[in-house]
This record gives sequence, structure tokens and C-alpha cells, in this order.
Amino acid sequence: MSLLEIRNLTLEVARTHSVIVNDVSLRVEPGEIVAIVGESGSGKTQVARAVMDLTHKAIRRRAGESLFKGRDIFALPDREKRKIRGSEIGMVFQEPMTSLNPSLTIGRQLLEGLELHRKMSQEERLAKVATMLRRVGIQDVAHAMRAYPHEFSGGMRQRIMLASVMLLEPALLIADEPTTALDAVVQRDVMELMVELTRSANTAVLLISHDLPMVAHYADRILVMRSGELVEQGPARDILARPQHDYTRKLLAAIPWRGPARAVDRTTTPVIAVEGLVVDYGGQQRLFRRSQPKRALKGVDIAVQPNEVVAVVGGSGSGKTTLGNVIAGLVPATSGRLLYDGKPVIRGAPGYAEWRTNSQMVFQDPYSSLDPRMKIAALVAEPLRHEPGLSRPQKRDRVAAILDEVGLGTAFLDRFPHELSGGQRQRVAIARALIRNPRFLIADEPVSALDVTVRAQVLDLFAQLQKRHGFSCLFISHDLGVVEQVADRVIVMQHGEIVEQGSRDEVFDRPQHAYTRKLLSAIPALVLASGGGIEMRTRDVGGH
Amino acid sequence: MRRFAPNALIGGVLIGLLFGVAALQTFWMPHDPLKLNFAARLQAPSAEFLLGTDEFGRDIVSRLMMGASTSVSIALMTVGLAVLLGTTIGLVSGYNRGLVDRIIMTFNDALLAFPGMLLALGLLSVFGANQYGIIVALGLAYTPSVARVIRGAVMSLREREFIRASRTMSNSEIYTMMRHVLPNCLAPLIVLATSMFGWTLLSESALSFLGLGVPPPAPTWGNMLAAGRPFIEQASWLAIFPGLCISLTLLGINLLGDALRDRLDPQMRGAV
Repeated sequence: MSLLEIRNLTLEVARTHSVIVNDVSLRVEPGEIVAIVGESGSGKTQVARAVMDLTHKAIRRRAGESLFKGRDIFALPDREKRKIRGSEIGMVFQEPMTSLNPSLTIGRQLLEGLELHRKMSQEERLAKVATMLRRVGIQDVAHAMRAYPHEFSGGMRQRIMLASVMLLEPALLIADEPTTALDAVVQRDVMELMVELTRSANTAVLLISHDLPMVAHYADRILVMRSGELVEQGPARDILARPQHDYTRKLLAAIPWRGPARAVDRTTTPVIAVEGLVVDYGGQQRLFRRSQPKRALKGVDIAVQPNEVVAVVGGSGSGKTTLGNVIAGLVPATSGRLLYDGKPVIRGAPGYAEWRTNSQMVFQDPYSSLDPRMKIAALVAEPLRHEPGLSRPQKRDRVAAILDEVGLGTAFLDRFPHELSGGQRQRVAIARALIRNPRFLIADEPVSALDVTVRAQVLDLFAQLQKRHGFSCLFISHDLGVVEQVADRVIVMQHGEIVEQGSRDEVFDRPQHAYTRKLLSAIPALVLASGGGIEMRTRDVGGH
Repeated sequence: MRRFAPNALIGGVLIGLLFGVAALQTFWMPHDPLKLNFAARLQAPSAEFLLGTDEFGRDIVSRLMMGASTSVSIALMTVGLAVLLGTTIGLVSGYNRGLVDRIIMTFNDALLAFPGMLLALGLLSVFGANQYGIIVALGLAYTPSVARVIRGAVMSLREREFIRASRTMSNSEIYTMMRHVLPNCLAPLIVLATSMFGWTLLSESALSFLGLGVPPPAPTWGNMLAAGRPFIEQASWLAIFPGLCISLTLLGINLLGDALRDRLDPQMRGAV
């Protein structure tokens, strides 16, 4: 008997009767890791929720059953369902910030599950919690028990979340995008911890993710979902090497690849350079004292040549976003110089306006970088306010031309941002940044909020536009896969300092610094296999 | 074509009626609202006096009609004043942060610590108890809460990426504030303004209780309500009808305000 068997599950939106999960069946055997992969709207999360009968009120089950150890969850009375939740089926969610209760200590939250579901003395519980916290890598257990969730980093919180779920040694763990909110290195640590904990407790895992290469690394079997349907399933290796369905091939093709290296003239004056850049945050004047400032950048020098794409990589807290913000003029530098075309950028000085026009930015979140009250036409035309002597029809032509270039055309002119998909919005943001033909573009995690296939399209578009217009770019990202595809040169940052920089091939093939190696070892190397599939290898990073 | 919500329709009809009545009273009323008629004191509603008469024999319908224009114009101007001042202060304070913000907000919070009514009373003693005194006093008394709400909205907006994007486009700070920040503050502002409209109508009645309202014999809904209190047992219509007018106006303004807020928000368009 399978541990979990979902049979012909069909879910619909209660009000409109539109089907969001269509006739999905799957099995999970004891101790097995099964992954459901799909993009947003594929229904993968709804399937995971239906396992526990935890779907949202607005969603109705039209057909199907969810058999856990042979019993249909949907047919059980609520009291029985509650007994199974937590105790026999554990869940870990994407957002470690919100899945732990901010007003309870870690100790309290970990003990709660044991108190509810297991009969044992308080001493035994405390001992069990302490052992578990040590296992997930918490050094000072006594302190952690008394601490609140906000005192821990995102990665630590997700470890604690795992600890609290695995304390009860459930037979099945449902992990919904457990590492999506974390950066690459932390992501790998958390995944390995999850695999280790579930292996030793013989817990089966139903892993929900959009990240096919990551999933392929850990899962025994993979199910691919698209718009509510299961399109393909099979052993992880086969799905990668011999994908059968077109959509699976499309997902694989969306994985970033290294392109050919380009020659960049390094003898000309850099478009943008910073020298000895230091930025302190905080240090606000309180009533009686000045709070201690936090140094985000500790003396950074970079130079970006014309027509060069420079990627800045690093984990959260490395200072890469601050660097982008200073160069965009959004955060003042505490000390150091910003040079445009070899001349220092100073407000009011000649050349300031030229720098302002020529250095544009594309932000991470296309949902928040467009004013929700403006139509696309107005949004894209806005930078043209500062171009003197443009008539209305001329402006309209410029807008139409740039929208055409980013592949949107004029069909969207009268729409509002919320009527567009994430990828379309990011195209609008790119159009807005490029409409004045800037010489320099700052792209701060421009594709990390997008689905994988959309990400591939936007990256293609970006490469095309870069080739056509020849602008330089500072590409800020935590995703080394994407960086490997777009960058000419790579700068690796850690704790507000540059630890390594060099051409893309140097950094990716012969990393020098330990941190670079650690970043690289967190992502798999992909090798093209015959038959349209790929094979995954651990990256040889040298050193250890 | 968008669907017109029934709520908006009800609100529209109520407020339309109100303005209709306020306009009508300038050239026609059933009786003279100021004429004393001791023969007809405290009469119950009848065919002659539709809603009865007050303790001086004045027709309630006519007084309500005349009061409508006074009460509503007081409320509109008060809200207008508070919104204008409060929004300016809130925008400047929330957008600039730093020292300016701290000074303005310390002062603002000190004002907020006073009950609005007390503040208005103090201001009234300076400006004098007449229609314009009431507008200025209540308007200033409500300004701090508007400033607070707007400042909060601005502070969360200024961290949004489209505000930062506007700066990278070489837009001036003033332009960014007017084009991107202010329109996105509209939703809380409309909600607040509609509730303030109600507070004003009620405060004006409270001021009348204290003898600081619009001086008699001019009728307002507030002072009619206040004047009806001693007769609540013998002639309840004296208080009931002005109260009903205030309630219906509040209902109308709130429904209309909600509809307006949804209509001005592109994301709500097309939603049911």
C-alpha cells in the first residue's frame, strides 16, 4: 500500500466552476522523495494542500480522493483530520518569516506540537527539542529556546521550521517551495538538511517547486504540472535526460546556459566607475544618542566598460543591492567617488544631467516598480518629459517603437499594470528604462521574480537589446545560473567587500576565493545529453 | 460599460436629494423657517406642518430645508480645509523624513493628544462662534489626523520601487510627489474624508449643545437636534427628524465615498 495516493483529483473555483486541477493522480511510497514541478498557476500548490484537505474555501473538490495510509482524508471527520495534520503529515511553507509565530519563543513553538500529539513528560520533550535544534545546526540551544523568530536569519528560520515539523517524525512531509525565499548557498544547506532529517526518520517528502534543476538533484521521482494537468512523470534522471512532453523540454530549455565569451575593449574610459565607495546605513539621531551605523559597503572599486555586462553576485547582506542603489543615485555614498565617463558625478555640476539620463535602472519586482495608477503608454512615455522639443506624435512614436522592441507591441498601451502578467510588466519596465537610449543600465535581480520559462524569454530579450543598443550593464543577481548566461565579467561580493572579480570564464572555471567556490558548488553544472535532455554534474570548483 | 453598484446608486440618490433640497430652499419653502407662531407650538406632524413644529411654532420641514444648506456647506468646507492642510503636512512630513518630519510630527502628535472637541472649543473662543469660526476651528482640529494618515501612506509608498524609479528618471521631487505619491494616497484619504464629513455634522450639534454652534435663530441640523433635546418626551419629532437627516446624509456620503474610491482605483475596475 502506498503511503499517500491521490486519485483523480479535480479541483474547481467554487464560484465560477473553472477547473484549476484536472484529474491528477499520484502516489508517494514510504520514505520516497517525490517532487511536483510547475510554474505559477500550474496547480501544484493546490494539489499539495488538497492532500491534507487544506484547500482555500473558495476552491471546491469536484472529484477525487486523497488516501493516506489507505484512509480517504476527505471522508474523515475534522477531529481525525487534525490528528493526522502535524502528527503524521508535516508541512513546511515558502516564507519562513510568516510561518513561525512572531510573538512566541522558538522553544514554545517547538514544544507545542509535542504537547498536542505525543504523550511524554516535559523533561523528555525538552530533551527531544534540544537534540533536534542541535541537529539542525543551532549552536546555543538554551539561548535559541528563549529567542523569538525575528532574531534569526531566513535560512535559520527555515531550519527551525524544519526542526519543529520533524520533531514529530511524520510519515510524510509536504514542503511547498521551502527554499525559494533563500539565496543559493543557504538554499542548498537547507535542502541537504531536509533530506538528511527525512532519511533518518524514513519520512516521505512531497516537494513542491518551480526549480527543476534543484528538484532533480534531490527527488527520486518528478511530476511535471502545467495549468492544472499532470503532463509528465517519471524518475528524476529520466525526466532530465529524456523528457517526453514538450512542456518539460521547454522547462529544461529555460535553464540558463553559458553563451560564448565576448571580447570587451578594456582600454577605453569606463562608462561608470566607483572608487573607494563606503556606505553606512542607520546611525539615526535618536533622542539622546546616535544609533550605531551599519557599514554596508567597505570601500568598493569597480569600473564598467562601454558595451560590457558586469554581474555582481553574492548572498543576501553582501551589499550588492546597495552598490546598485548608489550607482543609480538612490542611496548617498558615505565616502568615495562615483564617476561617469571619467568625470565625478556631483549634483549641480555640469555632466550631472548627462549621467542622470544615461544611467537607468530596472528593478526586481515588476509588481511594485510600475505606478499602479498609470497606463502603460504613460508609464513608458514618462522619461520623455525631460527630452526637450518632442511633440506629442513624436513621443507616441517613440513609445510604440520601444514597446515593439521589447516584444509587447501597441496592444497594451491603454492597459494598467495589474492587467499584465509578471513577464509583460518586466518588459514594460525595460522599455521605460531604455526609451531614452541610456549608455548604462542597472538591473537589480531583474528576473528573480519571474517564472522559469518567462525568465528565459526576458533574458533573451535582454541579450538582444544589449547587442542592438550596446549599453553597458551592471547586472545584480544571486542566481549564478543567470549570471553565467549574461555576464562578460563577474564580481563576487561578501560582507560589503569584493572578494573576487574576473572574466566570467575565469570566475566560473577557476574560482580563487573560498566564498566563490561555495557559491558555485551550490549550483549544478548542466551537460547537454542526446535526445534533447540534459545531464547534471556536480561542478568541479577545485580547492577541496 | 462598467456595472453600477447598487450601493453607489443609493448613495448618489441620497446625496442628490440633499443638494436638491439645499438648492430648492433658496426660492421655495412650505413656511417661513424663522417666523414665530406661538399658536402652533410643538405640533405633531400634520398635513399643514408635515414634520410638526418646534417650541416656537416654526415649521420643522422648512427649518430642515434651510439647515441643509448651512450644515452641508459647513461640513464640506471643514472637510476641505482639513484635507488640504492635512495632506500638505502629511506629504511634506512623510516624504522628507528627517528633521522636518520629526518637528512636524511632534507638534502634530501633541495636537492629537487633545480631544478634537476640546481643541475646537479653544479655537472657537479665538475665532468667534459663527459659521466661519466653526469651519476654521473644526477644520484645524481634524487636520492632525489627516496628516497622520497621509504621512503613513506616503512613508510606505516612498519605499516602493516605482517611486525610486521616478527618481532615476530625473523627475524632480515635487513632480514625483504630485504625480506618483499623492494619487496613490487617495484611497485612505477618501475614506477619512467621508468619515470626517459625518464627524463634522455631529460636532456641530455638540457645539450647539454648548452654545458655541451657529447662533439662533438660523437653523442647522446640529442646533435643531440640540434644541429638541428638552422636548424629547413630549415632542420627539423635534430631535428625530434632524437626527434622521444627519444619519441619511452620512449613509449617502459613505456609500458614495466607497464607490468613488473603487472607481478611482484602476485595480478595482471591472471587479464586482
